[in-house]
Amino acid sequence: MKPISVNVNGFQHEADVEPRTLLVHFLREQIGLTGTNIGCDTSSCGACTVLMNGRSVKACTVLAVQADGQSITTVEGLAENGEWHAVQRAFHEAHGLQCGFCTPGMMMASVSYLKENPSPSEGEVRLALEGNLCRCTGYHNIVKAVLTAAEEMADASAG
Amino acid sequence: MATAEKFVGGGVPRKEDPKLVTGQATFVESITLPDMLHVAVARSPFGSAQINNVDLSAARTAPGVVATFSGEDLADEWAAGLPMAWPVTEDIRIPDHWPVTKDVARYVGDAVAVVVATSPSAAKDAVELIEVDYEVQTAVVDIPSALADDAPRVHESMESNECYTWTHANGDIDAAFAKADIVITENYVQPRLIPSAMEPRAVVVQPVPAAGDFTVWSTTQIPHVAKVLFSLTLGIPEAQMRVIAPDVGGGFGSKLNVYAEEVLCIALARRLGKPMKWVADRSEGYLATIHGRDQLQEIELAATSDGTILGYRVKLLANMGAYLQLVAPGVPLLGGFLYCGTYGGEAYHFECTGVFTNTTPVDAYRGAGRPEATYAIERAIEALALEVGVDAVEIRKRNFLPAGENVPSPAGLAFDSTNYEENLDKALEVLDYEATKAEQADRLSQGSTKLLGIGFSTYVEMCGLAPSQVLASLNYGAGGWDAATVRMLPTGQAEVVTGSSPHGQGHVTSWSQIAADALGIDYQDVTVLHGDTHVAPHGMNTYGSRSLSVAGVAVNQACNRVVDKAKTLAAHVLEVSPDDLEFEDGKFSVKGVPDRVQSIQEMAYAAWTAHNLPEGTEPGLEAHCVFDPPNFTFPFGSHVCVVEVDTETGAVELLRYVAVDDCGTIINPVIVEGQVHGGIVQGVAAALFEEATYAEDGTLETSSMINYLVPSAAEFPSFELDRTVTPSTSNPMGVKGIGEAGTIGSTPAVINAIVNALGHLGITDIAMPAKPERVWQAIQDANGDAS
Repeated sequence: MKPISVNVNGFQHEADVEPRTLLVHFLREQIGLTGTNIGCDTSSCGACTVLMNGRSVKACTVLAVQADGQSITTVEGLAENGEWHAVQRAFHEAHGLQCGFCTPGMMMASVSYLKENPSPSEGEVRLALEGNLCRCTGYHNIVKAVLTAAEEMADASAG
Repeated sequence: MATAEKFVGGGVPRKEDPKLVTGQATFVESITLPDMLHVAVARSPFGSAQINNVDLSAARTAPGVVATFSGEDLADEWAAGLPMAWPVTEDIRIPDHWPVTKDVARYVGDAVAVVVATSPSAAKDAVELIEVDYEVQTAVVDIPSALADDAPRVHESMESNECYTWTHANGDIDAAFAKADIVITENYVQPRLIPSAMEPRAVVVQPVPAAGDFTVWSTTQIPHVAKVLFSLTLGIPEAQMRVIAPDVGGGFGSKLNVYAEEVLCIALARRLGKPMKWVADRSEGYLATIHGRDQLQEIELAATSDGTILGYRVKLLANMGAYLQLVAPGVPLLGGFLYCGTYGGEAYHFECTGVFTNTTPVDAYRGAGRPEATYAIERAIEALALEVGVDAVEIRKRNFLPAGENVPSPAGLAFDSTNYEENLDKALEVLDYEATKAEQADRLSQGSTKLLGIGFSTYVEMCGLAPSQVLASLNYGAGGWDAATVRMLPTGQAEVVTGSSPHGQGHVTSWSQIAADALGIDYQDVTVLHGDTHVAPHGMNTYGSRSLSVAGVAVNQACNRVVDKAKTLAAHVLEVSPDDLEFEDGKFSVKGVPDRVQSIQEMAYAAWTAHNLPEGTEPGLEAHCVFDPPNFTFPFGSHVCVVEVDTETGAVELLRYVAVDDCGTIINPVIVEGQVHGGIVQGVAAALFEEATYAEDGTLETSSMINYLVPSAAEFPSFELDRTVTPSTSNPMGVKGIGEAGTIGSTPAVINAIVNALGHLGITDIAMPAKPERVWQAIQDANGDAS
């Protein structure tokens, strides 16, 4: 077992983990944050996407020990002071989710991408989300949601 | 509707979303119980093998392992094998299907042993220590090999690998072909697909040993059906079984089943007296969750010289896989009435043979029989158009059934509502067909290597499963009704209890809209309860685009009964006859005396206190309705896609996709469009990307998301949707269903577009999926022929 210290959604967690423990299992099983879902075992689907130091990572592709000393944000930490992130609001308003299983990962990938590119084109959003699979929405409204969120965030920072 | 429609027809944002966008949903994998044990399954790596011995000794003593079992060890747990509810013919061959096989492994993934341990990793580690002595045998993985005279048999007790042959005929098919000027004969392959719901399957079981009770949380579309079948499989009284489908992450038919791991976890919980949990890895799920499609089709059209179709003759071979899962034999039948599509004719003959192979069982996948049927007719009519020398639109218009109600189809069904030409015209308008054709011609004449293709599909489907008596005639093992209970709470809100079991479709939102309008209360004052057999005891669940047109109608009817009772209470309070009252916006007022009013909320309170009720009236304001539809519903639509084919690489890019669907009355247009979007992508994926393949020895080559290509956002444009609204006559709300329309309509539209782009080369067909190498090869072959 290896001791690690990880900041998750603003809280510091000290834990002992098996070296083989994946970050996603650490989050779900040791911290008890089950909002991050596991959709595959090949790092293909992106359902487990979280932010590590503000950038998106697939939490099935990061070992818990690699997160030692790092700062992780999961879907549970996306809202601030009870107010949803613009991406959460946009997914709701644009019907960017159906079963909702891919949604936490899809939103975290979107949050990360909009930091990189605050005013993307539709085509850019589609390419940026290539690593996140959804089987329900046909992506149409996910793309719409991300574009809507980008506009809102731009308006908010301009205002 | 008893009152003005305020919510029905509006795109209100979904009530389901808040917990899903904040990580507060409860998917089965997130459920943890005290003292819970974890189950892992050892699976055959061979397509066909005799099992000589299962050595569990090393696994049993591994760290964290509580127990291990072979198939023999568990043989006494089963009152019956895994259930199959649709024996389509009297002489169908139904193999034994045990949750853990005993002496023969019949596909890669067949369960051979099980480990119970204190953690998931301990259980999985121990599976690696199980030593099975397999005697490998020759596998048969495809239909032609399985039907060969000397084919090894998947089930040694059977004389051949044929499961059943089912036929359906209407009219004089021989006469139709005898007088035909043109006979078109086409053969198509429906590749095997993997449903790939984003949430892998999982199950948690909590036993109460002292009471003999079991609570099962499962990633299921069918908690009510599963409860009955768990009970029968395990010999546990149904009343002691509670099944809960909590938040379920997509299904598409893959969770419309009773699976080995579900009954296995119940059996292990009974045996060991502790809670059990099993969660599929994605790759494990690809082996052990049903696949879809995998059919070989031959379709013949008899037509006059002007392209008017007289008759349809179809022969289908359907791969069942190694065992029969819940409704597998019936899946081809759901398409068996629709090989005539939206078109007329005087005769119809359909024959389907189910075939066993050493592969993962095949069962209902989004559309279930109807995408296959639609593909065949929508491709074959293009062949007819070529033969006659008319345009894709013209051939369809010449053959469309007339607009109307209860229109007889060549297969002998009565289509509730037809309006195909107007629907297609709308799609042509959105597309701007003439301009697109002009651009297509320009590119071709300029010698462009990026050619345009325009592909059509004018589908009709069959949903709203189903009139129970029709199901009886098809030998299906259950009814087709659904149930709702609506109760007004004393504080004025309404609880809607539904028998449907949503897993992404937004029933909570749509049912709230229906109830809010019918009861005249606010949308936010409606709560919808579902998916727990203790809370919602009656239901037939969610599949086949049935929920709205059966369960949603039941909600509406139950609401109307609540209003009827509230009216008698209001009449009593107001000291008038119920006939003197009118009901609007949740208020009962005396006709002509608008200030004499009682609200439905006041009546809910009055019914609860029961202080002043009419003579003989029971307290409470609640009603139950079970709706058994008189007919199926038949949604239809026109899908048109424009593709760009790169003649140098064979790459196909989807440039535009126009879908004009008609699902009758619409409750929530945003949800309807979402269903169409998702359906289109699954259907296009079948046309362009997805295909599950087996090696000769029975190894699933596409065993993970690495090599089974579920497409991403990058492969698609945004879609252009419109609609026509032709209410159904099969239910009082005029609703039809939209869950599968996109998948049914889209696949042939894409292939038709590719063929259309390459038609000048003499290319008349491209097999699915139309991967670049396949398209490129077809172009090379055509050029070779030309030179």
